[in-house]
Amino acid sequence: MINLPLLPIILPFLFAILLLFFKENIRIQRALSLVGVIISLIASFYLLVTVKSEGVLAVTLGSWPAPFGISMVSDMFSALLVTTTLLITLFVVAYSFTAIGEERERYFYYPAILFMVTGVNGAFTTGDIFNMFVFFEVLLIASYLLIVLGGEKKQLRESIKYILVNVVSSALFVITVAYLYSVVGTLNMADISVKIAEVGQPGIITVIAVLMLIVFGVKGAIFPLYFWLPGSYAAPPIPVLALFGALLTKVGVYAIMRTYTLFFVHNVGVTHEILMVVSVLTVIVGCVGALAYFDLKQIIIYNIVIAVGVILFGAAQMNEAGISGAIFYLVHDMLIKGALFLLIGIIIYVTGTSNLRKMGGLMKTHAPLGWFYLIAAFGLAGIPPLSGFIGKLLIAQGAFQAGNIWGSIIILASSLIVLLSVIRIFIYAFWGEPVELPKTKRKPYKRMMLPTIVLVVLSVFYGVGTEWIIPYVTDATDVLLQPSIYIDAVLKE
Amino acid sequence: MKTNDVILQTTTKVVFFIIFLFSIHIFFAGHYTPGGGFVGGLLTTGAIVLLLLAFDLKTVQKALPFNFTIMTAIGLLLALGTAAGAIFFNVPFFTHAFDDFTLPLFGVTSLHTAMVFDAGVFLVVVGSAITIIQSIGGDS
Repeated sequence: MINLPLLPIILPFLFAILLLFFKENIRIQRALSLVGVIISLIASFYLLVTVKSEGVLAVTLGSWPAPFGISMVSDMFSALLVTTTLLITLFVVAYSFTAIGEERERYFYYPAILFMVTGVNGAFTTGDIFNMFVFFEVLLIASYLLIVLGGEKKQLRESIKYILVNVVSSALFVITVAYLYSVVGTLNMADISVKIAEVGQPGIITVIAVLMLIVFGVKGAIFPLYFWLPGSYAAPPIPVLALFGALLTKVGVYAIMRTYTLFFVHNVGVTHEILMVVSVLTVIVGCVGALAYFDLKQIIIYNIVIAVGVILFGAAQMNEAGISGAIFYLVHDMLIKGALFLLIGIIIYVTGTSNLRKMGGLMKTHAPLGWFYLIAAFGLAGIPPLSGFIGKLLIAQGAFQAGNIWGSIIILASSLIVLLSVIRIFIYAFWGEPVELPKTKRKPYKRMMLPTIVLVVLSVFYGVGTEWIIPYVTDATDVLLQPSIYIDAVLKE
Repeated sequence: MKTNDVILQTTTKVVFFIIFLFSIHIFFAGHYTPGGGFVGGLLTTGAIVLLLLAFDLKTVQKALPFNFTIMTAIGLLLALGTAAGAIFFNVPFFTHAFDDFTLPLFGVTSLHTAMVFDAGVFLVVVGSAITIIQSIGGDS
């Protein structure tokens, strides 16, 4: 079927539209959104298998020939990310049934999630730079709704910041695309790559590359453009935070990796050097933030910043180990950040606070929660059998091969700080004498545990089953390192 | 204080239909001349806003008893349906079809599925713009 790459975009979109008809009926909202995500997930798995067997799939909308219509391209990299996105969404939606509250569910919560997933999947799949901008806006506008939905004072304040920052960076995105279009005269990403190769990346293209880094750096929260993230992400409720933390910054990371492997590969000495320095700095500020706070949310939020730095550091190496490590770590990080946010959501739900100093001794009353948290924390830090290990190993290997000794030492040292920051949560929240838990009449948290546990178990499988996942990552790496595969698939005629 | 808006209201009753017809014209002309779903939808919104200015929110809601959120959803569904129809013929998404039809009264007319897509855009624009105006202008 020729439209296969589009299914993970169309299906959530369709279900989001259908949900608009049943605003007040929470049961239908829940059922339809769950069914919608499951169907989309099945479609994306089918897409993943098809891309594995048949190579890069490209379809140009409207039956126009390739550089003139909008191309949608599913290579292994985007297929992996699309599948992971829908996987996370499934668990967050299931978690939301208990966690989000009926007030929000009645005001387009699930449609907003599905519209956001439409945007995320579209941004992962598109092969047209302006279409990528459009999908960025789709996901951002849905995320504006999600961040402000509920109308608490904090949410209103932080959503203003969030919207301001993103409006500015979106405007900058349009300006950058305009510059690029005026130089190469095309918007199709494969065609842009060909045109840039023809002119051999003169200075202006390098300037555009840095502008792109700034634009996507704001979206993906790299140093020094991460300033909006800690405040904004702490505002919305936990399921929304899990979605944001797992998906939104990763779209920026994806866009940087895509443009820096497809377009700007002729002046690596400048562009990728900048990317590498910036990513190491991102890791460092993330580490500082992760250690500085005694607040559950803030600690994990700064771990997002660290992970963005680590992934981009891997991508900046431009060798096989570095890139495949970055891909591995990207998928791992989406899974584990989703799991960690859902877990701390339960901890906050149980204790009624996100302040570490006010909790303790949960191990005696909530042992399963503690053990699963510990597994997720070890997974995040990259303890060998778990999921974070192989990605970081490959990134370090790639960096040593490329001769970036100091960078890779900092990346490896950051693992220790990541471990320290999440273990600190474990020690403060789970060890010691039990503190008095607030009495609440709220529903028990068992129904929130189920999706969380499954997600943690999946992340464990992702680490243990590295052998099965490596072929997929290798395919993705090949496309990124050899743009000709991508270009041939799009411009086949 | 009770104001007497008889001139405004009478003029509105006439002008509303002129604007509305013009918006329909703009909408249908979009394929060959400037216009299309977006401006057409905005003009229709403008006509309804004129009604809102001359009368009050309740009267207009009584006169146009639509749920504009649902209208937006129908518009999205129409647009997506037009584009996704291509899936069933196994051609790339968004592939449009057109043909010449002999219609009574109009004669030979070229009909294009892009028109249905535009109708979706029209409904989305009208639905969302009126929703915004109604929720800002509604009771405080």
